[in-house]
Amino acid sequence: MEDIIELFEEARKGKLRAIGRLLTVVENSSIEVLKLLEHVSSDSGRAQVIGVTGIPGAGKSTLISRLIGEYRSRGYKVAVVAIDPSSPISQGSLMGDRLRMQQFATDRGVFIRSISTRGLKGGLSIASLSIIEVFDALGYDKIIVETVGVGQSDVDIMNAAHTIVVVTMPGAGDDIQALKAGVMEIGNVYVINKSDKPEASKTFEYLKFSLDKGDIGFFEPDWVPRIVKTSAIMGQGIRELADVLEEHWDHIRSKGLLREKLASRRMLLSRLLLERVFSDSLQESLRDIDGAIKEMILDGRKYRVVTSMVARRAIEKMLVKVSNLEN
Amino acid sequence: MIEKPVKVLVAKIGLDGHDRGAKVIARALKDAGMEVVYTGIRQTPEQVVLSAIEEDVDVIGVSILSGAHVHHIKRLMELLEKEGANDIPVVVGGTIPIPDVDKLKEMGVKEVFLPGTSLKYIVDVVRRLAKERSSVGGHN
Amino acid sequence: MPRLFRDEEIEKIEENLERWEKETLPKSLKRFPERMEKFTTLSDIEVDRVYTPAHIKDFDYWEKLGLPGEYPYTRGIHASMYRGRLWTMRMFSGFGGPEETNKRLKFLISHGETGLSLAFDYPTLVGIDSDDPMARGEVGIVGVAVDTLRDMEIIFDGINMGEVTTNMTINPPAPVLLSMYVAVAEKQGVPYERIGGTTQNDPLKEFIAQKSYVFPPEPAVKIAMDLIEWSVKNLPKWNPISISGYHIREAGSDAVQELAFTIADGIEYVRQLISRGLDVDSFAHRLSFFWDAHINFFEEIAKFRAARRMWAKIMKEWFNAKKERSLWMRFHTQTAGVSLTAQQPWNNIVRTAIEALAAVLGGTQSLHTNSFDEPFRVPSEFAAKIALRTQQIIAYETGVADTVDPLAGSYYVEWLTDEIEERAWKYIDRIERLGGMLEAVKKGFPQRELTETSYKFQRDVDEGRKFIVGVNIFVDEDVDEIRNVPLLDFNQEEIEKRQIERLKMIKSIRNKEKVESALAELERAASRGENIMPYVLSAVKAYATLGEIMGSLKRVYGVYVEPPIY
Repeated sequence: MEDIIELFEEARKGKLRAIGRLLTVVENSSIEVLKLLEHVSSDSGRAQVIGVTGIPGAGKSTLISRLIGEYRSRGYKVAVVAIDPSSPISQGSLMGDRLRMQQFATDRGVFIRSISTRGLKGGLSIASLSIIEVFDALGYDKIIVETVGVGQSDVDIMNAAHTIVVVTMPGAGDDIQALKAGVMEIGNVYVINKSDKPEASKTFEYLKFSLDKGDIGFFEPDWVPRIVKTSAIMGQGIRELADVLEEHWDHIRSKGLLREKLASRRMLLSRLLLERVFSDSLQESLRDIDGAIKEMILDGRKYRVVTSMVARRAIEKMLVKVSNLEN
Repeated sequence: MIEKPVKVLVAKIGLDGHDRGAKVIARALKDAGMEVVYTGIRQTPEQVVLSAIEEDVDVIGVSILSGAHVHHIKRLMELLEKEGANDIPVVVGGTIPIPDVDKLKEMGVKEVFLPGTSLKYIVDVVRRLAKERSSVGGHN
Repeated sequence: MPRLFRDEEIEKIEENLERWEKETLPKSLKRFPERMEKFTTLSDIEVDRVYTPAHIKDFDYWEKLGLPGEYPYTRGIHASMYRGRLWTMRMFSGFGGPEETNKRLKFLISHGETGLSLAFDYPTLVGIDSDDPMARGEVGIVGVAVDTLRDMEIIFDGINMGEVTTNMTINPPAPVLLSMYVAVAEKQGVPYERIGGTTQNDPLKEFIAQKSYVFPPEPAVKIAMDLIEWSVKNLPKWNPISISGYHIREAGSDAVQELAFTIADGIEYVRQLISRGLDVDSFAHRLSFFWDAHINFFEEIAKFRAARRMWAKIMKEWFNAKKERSLWMRFHTQTAGVSLTAQQPWNNIVRTAIEALAAVLGGTQSLHTNSFDEPFRVPSEFAAKIALRTQQIIAYETGVADTVDPLAGSYYVEWLTDEIEERAWKYIDRIERLGGMLEAVKKGFPQRELTETSYKFQRDVDEGRKFIVGVNIFVDEDVDEIRNVPLLDFNQEEIEKRQIERLKMIKSIRNKEKVESALAELERAASRGENIMPYVLSAVKAYATLGEIMGSLKRVYGVYVEPPIY
């Protein structure tokens, strides 16, 4: 295992290789990120985290690509976390989201990282939240997280985001049910992409009506969810989108929501990490005792004794692990 | 903790659009349980090197069917060295004359897959290269 | 319905087949068990042990075949086919700079080639100039580099453009290359009526297979239709489009998908042109097709025959075409590049010969035969000559061209023709339900079908369900044979340098204001939605570069980036 603090210091010098490696460390062995958080907490927590979700085929990746371009022209450093599902059978995955963003591969002010869901419960949330922390600590101004659109990890990621962008397209918005899946109903900003299509104004009306009615949209005090029309492929509406995202960022900062958001993000990460520590040690102690349980079961006796013994052992192990964290 | 899957970058450098092979191989690697980042067509060596670094992949696979392999791979290997990433093994596939296979290997390419190579062989080579690297490099 | 076979005859055959399966067959199977549990074509169509009239019992000769040169043209579009004129032996060629290509074209003409076919290098194919950073290392490798009108002038130096026809394999930049061709012909004093040849100009298959796209699907189709409209009005002998199955097949489809997707592309184009207010009979006779001839012999022949029949029916029944020539599917064929192997490369000569034979038996109008060294590089003169001679042997020695559609009436070939047609119609139905091919392409439908098929094929080869000699059966360990293949050698770096220098020179001596105003006019016309062809022609004549012209169009139409489809 590489030392995470050393690696971080290298990364802070702008060495891409070190950033790449650092992300691998936190992606795979996320408990390390706690150490990192302590190291950097004074000068992080400054980036705007933007969660992008939406219906399949709405052109999320192309839109993000355009947004990166706009942010770069405004002088921001941008990081992207692109999440792809992995195959439930092989656990392998094909990660093609960065394909649309490859024009920024050589821009050192842009860092794109793809991660797969790896079929791990909670694992994805930890990996993506940890990666967000690293990007934040390294001074990226905007961190864009593109998600698959469903599942608990999406909810966690969106809870960690400052601004949630939901991408839809003409035709699709007519069925608001599609937007009520997963996290799409809690957007701060709704984008109608491909709005050069003739049905765009109808979709706009429909979406506006649904928002006004309160069917969808995340309502905070002093922020009414906004709708932006874009055509990512033609680069239209992108400046307006960036403006709205800035407005929302100003809103969050001016209302003092920033510290609150940061605290809840880190609390979530800490909680998930502890859950993992607990569950790892639990699994371990259960494995240790598999044979004994089996025998008891075959004997048909002493169920209660075994169960309480397992529980005690598991808790002891957890305690050891947790106290190790302090070192 | 579950073992970290092998992560591979599959890239097409140059202007040719023949992505059949790259996609078939990406799919085979995925089915073998690997994480495959696909860059799409018309990539420059610069894009591929920096993508590989950002994604921190274990192996880089490049497919070229435009005949410009010597030029592009030379550049790729130079850039990997410059970025301190020449520990990432590179494999190349495509329509490549035998004398050029030798040239590519001299540049440091670990393996060249000619048309007709089986998917199983490619998967095995990629897995072996990833394993060798993680044991030698001490990463993870 | 008039049927070819009488009921009592079919009954007799069926009864006898049943008996044969019980009596004759088992004895034979006992001595010689069959090599495979199941025999299939390359497209996974299951092939029966033997074919009889019972397999095509409802066969109606007039509906299915007719006579050569008559509807539905299954037997060929001309009444006496190759007895009158042989197919055009059109060898795809071009490499290096314009000078090298000019020399190669003259070489081929002197060896009896009857039509020219230009291959362009990758920078030209995707519409960038030789001095573009993306072009480094690519100039002149897979074809000739063309940046300005000057290059086209050099390519055709000493070749009378009124006497040859030229196929240009070019897609998004097709308006530019056609304009260059027309401009040079004009300079040679050739009237528009005598300018003949083909531009591939088939945008949909770029998204499905070839991936030399530049613009997004809708504008890409719009530009291609501009070219066709302009061409049918100005160049009566030009084939403005070559609707291509070749690339679809090479990118991994099977024969049925090649047939269905290509015809669906054709349907989309016809609809587009009609929606511009053109009468179907004003352009249909100028549409041409381009097929792959793969190694599964009978399947390919069946495919060609089915293709002609389907197209005639579509033009007649769907689009109400009245003129006879509107119903003809005229096509060029190329032997399958993907069937060639790097292992034991000399075997490729044999593969190509068999594939070429299938194309001729399928009634192609022109043919390119691949050279055996193409798994490695663009062909050497030596290899290209063998490939051309292969066609000449088929034409002059074998006798297969002496009677029209000689395989008609073969129970197997007719059954397979019907089977392929039926499967293709099913695909076309699905594409129609998606809203036609443009919509289907935007939804990624054919792209996904191709990835599936190509992955499956590769696994079939890997796991020994399909055979390739030298690759997974009869493999040689020794690779010296490959090492000794004499390959075309040319100094690419030198050519790239020369091309960039010429471009620089042209840019310095051309009339700058004229170029700028021509480009600005083009951009305005494109924004207004006008036909771009006249404006492209003016820009070309002012020596605007390919990259500059494409740049103006990109500003209006945008640039396509492929969605991730595996």
